[in-house]
Amino acid sequence: MAHSYTPGLKVTAFTVLRRERKLPLSGTVLSKVGDAVKADTIVARTELPGNVQTVNAANLLGVLPEDVSDCLIKPIGAPVKKGEVFAESRSFFGLFRSKAASPVEGTLESVSSVTGQAILREPPIPVEVDAYVDGTIAEVHPNQGVTVETRGTFIQGIFGVGGETSGELHVAVKAPGETLTESMITEAHRGKVVVGGNHVTTKTLFHAVRMGVKAIVIGGFDDQDLREFLGYDLGVAITGSEEKGITLVVTEGFGEIPMANRTFELLKGCEGRKVSVSGATQIRAGVLRPEIIAPRLEEAARTEAVSDGEPAGLEVGAQIRVIRQPYFGRLGKVTGLPPELVALETEAKVRVLEVDFGNGSRAMLPRANVEMIET
Amino acid sequence: MSLPNPESLRSILATDCGSTTTKAILIEKRGDEYRLIVRGEAPTTVEAPFEDVTRGVLNAIMEVEELAGRKILDGERIISPQKGDEGVDLYISTSSAGGGLQMMVSGVVKSMTGESAQRAALGAGAIVMDVIASNDGRLPHEKIKRIRQLRPDMILLSGGIDGGTTSHVAEMAELLAAAEPKARLGAGYELPVIYAGNKEAADIVRERLADKTALVITDNLRPVLERENLTPARDRIHDLFMEHVMAHAPGYKKLMTWSPVPIMPTPGAVGLIIETIAREEKINVMGVDIGGATTDVFSVFQGVFNRTVSANLGMSYSVSNVLAEAGLPKILRWVPFEIGELDLRNRIKNKMIRPTTIPQSLEELIIEQAISREALRLAFEQHKMLAVGLKGVQQERTISDTFEQSGSGETLVRLDHLDLLVGSGGVLSHAPRRSQAALMLLDAFLPEHVTELAVDSIFMMPQLGVLSTVHPTAARQVFEKDCLIRLGTSVAPVGPGKEGQTALHVALDLPGGKREEFSVPYGGLRLIPLADGQIAKAVLRPEKSFDVGEGKGRERTVNLRGGVVGLFFDCRGRRPFTLSEDRATRISKLNQWNEALGIYPAALARS
Repeated sequence: MAHSYTPGLKVTAFTVLRRERKLPLSGTVLSKVGDAVKADTIVARTELPGNVQTVNAANLLGVLPEDVSDCLIKPIGAPVKKGEVFAESRSFFGLFRSKAASPVEGTLESVSSVTGQAILREPPIPVEVDAYVDGTIAEVHPNQGVTVETRGTFIQGIFGVGGETSGELHVAVKAPGETLTESMITEAHRGKVVVGGNHVTTKTLFHAVRMGVKAIVIGGFDDQDLREFLGYDLGVAITGSEEKGITLVVTEGFGEIPMANRTFELLKGCEGRKVSVSGATQIRAGVLRPEIIAPRLEEAARTEAVSDGEPAGLEVGAQIRVIRQPYFGRLGKVTGLPPELVALETEAKVRVLEVDFGNGSRAMLPRANVEMIET
Repeated sequence: MSLPNPESLRSILATDCGSTTTKAILIEKRGDEYRLIVRGEAPTTVEAPFEDVTRGVLNAIMEVEELAGRKILDGERIISPQKGDEGVDLYISTSSAGGGLQMMVSGVVKSMTGESAQRAALGAGAIVMDVIASNDGRLPHEKIKRIRQLRPDMILLSGGIDGGTTSHVAEMAELLAAAEPKARLGAGYELPVIYAGNKEAADIVRERLADKTALVITDNLRPVLERENLTPARDRIHDLFMEHVMAHAPGYKKLMTWSPVPIMPTPGAVGLIIETIAREEKINVMGVDIGGATTDVFSVFQGVFNRTVSANLGMSYSVSNVLAEAGLPKILRWVPFEIGELDLRNRIKNKMIRPTTIPQSLEELIIEQAISREALRLAFEQHKMLAVGLKGVQQERTISDTFEQSGSGETLVRLDHLDLLVGSGGVLSHAPRRSQAALMLLDAFLPEHVTELAVDSIFMMPQLGVLSTVHPTAARQVFEKDCLIRLGTSVAPVGPGKEGQTALHVALDLPGGKREEFSVPYGGLRLIPLADGQIAKAVLRPEKSFDVGEGKGRERTVNLRGGVVGLFFDCRGRRPFTLSEDRATRISKLNQWNEALGIYPAALARS
């Protein structure tokens, strides 16, 4: 085998991270290299061309398409107000007048001599990009945006809903196997990022929205609840643009699954800290996982930047998590990597590994069904 | 790089860069024929941290080197032409990495030039993101908004027959110009737009779009209502795919210099090989490729090629969408044991978020194969809707046609005319037992009368498709000998019946002078083993309400070709095929069929 790795989710106590913050089209960058920024600092700004409306001027004026331009009383490129007449025609010795008015405020962009349509463009839409995390500007991409560098705790989830947000972190459960319930979330959690244990229901999520919670981080979530929460059956795992009033990060998967101990302990260590959270998930070309970043800028950088490094290979001794039935969710240590193909219960012959779950319990699993816990 | 003389080719290395895996095959001339020697694969490296497709290609070739025991690479260069035992005479590649080719098409009338444009784009191997037409029911500003949102790789603009009205084409060009569409990959280059509409409107389109896009004008894809001319548009799509889209994907500039043959979109290449088989054998063929994210269906009926892609039906990335589109009851109907809705939903979502996992337990395998039946069925439904005759064509009718309400726009896909059905993609090609693939194809497509079934052994149809443009004989030889695994032939009478009553009488003359005679009841499925390469002469006598190709109740004598599974006598019902609503009856029936074909290890299957 030329090259083999089993990528996993990153759960790191301290690392240096970089995040690109780019505009959808070129604009103005407001920060410079070395600037200290907060999560909500606006770092770049631009204007999207406004929406376009069409008006069938030839019809309204009762003239041929090629004659519309002769009827214009506003030049191409001129600003127009909503309801303002931009073209006019006269008929029957000038006795009757027909008019074409703009349905929106904007500019008269063009008139077609073939179709007789006039195109009116609404005012530009301002777009701003914030820094998302507390840190410093490491790079400026002229006219496009910046790269923000930060350092601190970094945890990737497996699936999320909702966009970027930030707030103070609070762990609401005592243990990673405990369910996050409505009674654990109160007015005191307004503006905060709340960490639960093995499960949360839609009912609790809606309660959290009412309490003004910014984000929930949880081990497991049911698909049934996801459908109820979103209002539709999610077909493809491309999320991040939902506007549900809260961001959700699931760390382990679908079902009732205790949060991995290491993840839980690291989050506990961030109690009271300001964290940045994103629920954006894209499991296709250009994999994107949801994340929690807790900047620790007061600490000096002590590791190399590992955020986008090449994943390490699977080795004996590596910590893994099983990601499919029948051992779904269990954590263990690799004890053997037999090179030969082994037949499973399904009769498929695949590459396997031996794993020790602790307490003397061992199993043989397809290598495809584990992920490394990267630290 | 010049193309070597096809006659002198001794070895060919072909790769297919998929979204997740890059597959390499080595073909060599052995004696008088070309044969597959080995196959290697490695993860595709288009994404970060590598962002260079050639890394994955080199890794896959290194595996080929290891398995073949000979040197092909000199550092990071393919040795070509072959010198002694080193290197290969030709290197070719296809690609669907980075989401493949995503297009938006536009026509004047949605069901006429809109559909023709859609067929041209699909046939070239694209995913069609949307069809914008003058009469699609959306207001102009809604169309503009949609064009701006989409960010396709390319746009195909068509509309009007030659010499017809130009105003609608001008309107579409104006909408496009107002939208100022941006290309998907990076803002650094202009979006390629192909115009293949009314030639009289070419100047108007040029005036509106030449400054804002990379405009290419080609022959009208619907020059007259009665005829499509899709080839010029398809060829331009391939050219622009290379020049614009591929050239901007990470590492492709380098990869393109390695081969004298243009890199082709994977589905376009699969379509080529399917078309070649249909043409050469003069048969109606259907092919299906079920992947992780998408499912492609190809068909050639009466010489007309059609391809559709169901962009969100697949077995990993899109598995959850199969659930969303088919609904849970449709999936559950194929599962021969009890499973809770909550549990099944969570399992499907867990597969979606961890798409590379594989079933470890038999129960998990059965669930995946149940989902695949629905994904295949839905993709086939979509195919039937697009693979239709030209709409808007006036047909000459005689008095005898009065009773046949077959207007234009009728589907070309006739299961009773289908000769060969080829399945491909992980869940079919890698099913632990070949009989599982056969039953999945039977259940999803419900072929009628007499149909041969096959699977692509290791999914090398893309590489063979591109090879067929250079060396059709080599492509054909490898396809026949190494690519296709013939599963056998299905015999399925069409017509209503009553459970348990005889539907079909069969008399089989098997090789070696052996004769078998038996009857199959309605609702029954029977397997007769007959090895690949063997032929059995069959006399099929359907009961009076059933048809096996000669009319209701009429006898048919036919040669049936064997395969690695055998001959399937499928009397489970067609038009309609139904599964019992009663849970216990349904489960018992499923188990009966599974046992008839021996698709699961009996001791482990739950009942």
